[in-house]
Amino acid sequence: MTDLHPLTQAIIDGRRKDAPGLVQQCLDAGESAGSILENRLVPGMMIVGDRFKHNEIFVPEMLIAARAMKEALKVLEPSLVAAGVKPEHTAVIGTVEGDLHDIGKNLVAMMWKGANIEVIDLGVNVPAARFIESIKENRPKLLGLSALLTTTMPAMRDTVKAVRDAGLAIKIMVGGAPITREFAREIGADGYSPDAGSAVDAAVELLKATA
Amino acid sequence: MQYKSLAIEDPSELIFGVAPRPVTTLSGMVIGGGTVYPELNFTLPPMRIDASTMAEVRRNYEQIIADALRRAAELDAPGVVIEFETLPPMTEYPAWGLDIVKILLEGMKQEADRSGLQSVLRMTPNDNREFERPPLMRRGRYWNAMLELFEGSAAAGAELLSIESVGGKELHDEALLNGDLAGSLFSLCILGERDMRFLWRSLQEIADRHGVKCAGDTACGFGNTAMVLAEQRMIPRVFAAVVRAITAVRSLVAYECGAVGPGKDCGYENPILKAITGFPMAMEGKSSACAHLSPMGNLAAACCDTWSNESVQNIKLLGGMAPTCYMEQLIYDCRLMNIASSHGKESALQLQRWMVESDEMLDPQAFILSPRSCVNLAKVIVSSDSYYHAGVAVARRAVELLHGAYSQGKLRIEPNEVIWFDNMRDALDELPASEAEFIAQQLARADRTRFLPKEYDLEV
Repeated sequence: MTDLHPLTQAIIDGRRKDAPGLVQQCLDAGESAGSILENRLVPGMMIVGDRFKHNEIFVPEMLIAARAMKEALKVLEPSLVAAGVKPEHTAVIGTVEGDLHDIGKNLVAMMWKGANIEVIDLGVNVPAARFIESIKENRPKLLGLSALLTTTMPAMRDTVKAVRDAGLAIKIMVGGAPITREFAREIGADGYSPDAGSAVDAAVELLKATA
Repeated sequence: MQYKSLAIEDPSELIFGVAPRPVTTLSGMVIGGGTVYPELNFTLPPMRIDASTMAEVRRNYEQIIADALRRAAELDAPGVVIEFETLPPMTEYPAWGLDIVKILLEGMKQEADRSGLQSVLRMTPNDNREFERPPLMRRGRYWNAMLELFEGSAAAGAELLSIESVGGKELHDEALLNGDLAGSLFSLCILGERDMRFLWRSLQEIADRHGVKCAGDTACGFGNTAMVLAEQRMIPRVFAAVVRAITAVRSLVAYECGAVGPGKDCGYENPILKAITGFPMAMEGKSSACAHLSPMGNLAAACCDTWSNESVQNIKLLGGMAPTCYMEQLIYDCRLMNIASSHGKESALQLQRWMVESDEMLDPQAFILSPRSCVNLAKVIVSSDSYYHAGVAVARRAVELLHGAYSQGKLRIEPNEVIWFDNMRDALDELPASEAEFIAQQLARADRTRFLPKEYDLEV
């Protein structure tokens, strides 16, 4: 196995005190902000996400890595802004109207962020109109909808329909305990994820299709 | 802490069907008096709930109660607990919830008139306070609507009042995802305890006004969230098991405020509370896989007084509508327990041993909820001088029990979970000795956009 870059390894290990200094070292060595993000930080989080997907680690351990990433980004942010580097994709996510459950939705948001997707989280109990407003404002390529109650599945259907009726060009991914692939297809969603662990792969696949 | 000693000190006395302080219903059921009763809960199929669909909603509940009770009578059930756990709009608009209460009570009366089947209604409104973020815990429209539904239900004849209260949950979800024991303790033993006391005093006033009973609460949004996250391999099972032990400190408060059981079905911490209070408890296990998975389908029945299915959608199965099918399953489970008891204490204990042994070694959550562990944990709680200290002590004891069993080869733990014994011990060692210091520490850390300290009588 090849040795990873020290910054990538620091992210994987969740060493949040070391990560900012290692970012600075890369910048001082002349590496571009975009390269540091793309080749050092994101690969670290992808490895962490992969370990999680394969049940080697748990969410708390993944969050430790995410915090190291956050500290690293604090140092990198000004250089990214100066260089005009933005995440390639933006996503809007929320739990549909009438539903308060958000653990799964929060996990998906976190994992998407780790995959360098800018995530706008609208929270819980979100009416269709609020999703549409945010899509118009932020122009994301991906919309994530979550529902945990059988009685809020109709709200998910309504939201998908409202977004489609508004003529917004966006991929819609859905999930939640009562949601099935068949239901996702039936209501016109583009993608479905049975759990947070597979939400990144599903999102990446959808986003590739939009490219 | 009100309880200073245990009602059940001997694990062999912590057994299904028998509680030192049974509950007698108006229809004559004696819960905890030697018989395990089925407790059926149900929900709607995927459908919208609003004014335009209420006719269809009513039809669903009319059909559910008529069919399920008829089957219960056909199978000679000794009595039935019906739980009506509302869906959020039914609590937000209490008139809708009350409509259903009346339908269920009428269905229960009709079956009693027809066949003599005894039954009792447990009313469980939603705790919609968290619809507001950060939640208002003691005022506002969600609080008012919830109390209005409790009041109306009690007046209509719902004899047992329950809730899955959410005080502290606004911080606990994050604590779970971070594997943060201190955060969990703050949510459960500081925020949860304060909210439970305020809430359950209000509920007891309602119960007293109408001559009904406060039954009990559950830390479902805390302990079951942890258990399900662990089932999904999001968080370590050992961590979820330790959180479960702490939840007992929070759920105990309902009984300190006047609740008498049967404790709410999804409170898997209930055996610990039965040992402390002596009140009967509802439990759920294998028959609640329709609602969520658990690692203790048999063991959960070891000390139940009512046996529940948690919740099942009203959909058609090959055998019939799902609530009716689940009523049948529950009745057969109860028959087995009751027939074992009828053959004497040793027979009941033999069945209980099989229930416990089938699950205990395979999962930390199951291990921590065996009758032996529960009595052990209950002793720690009643020996403590505050809810905070009880939470810390019971967490520490849970870690000791789990690690001890693992070290002796009596409990299976996944290799990537073993490090969590040290993680949790370190976290407990780092906690301040005094509750005031702990509260100050947690308030400094807590996300104020998520909760309002004043709603818990906490000064910043």
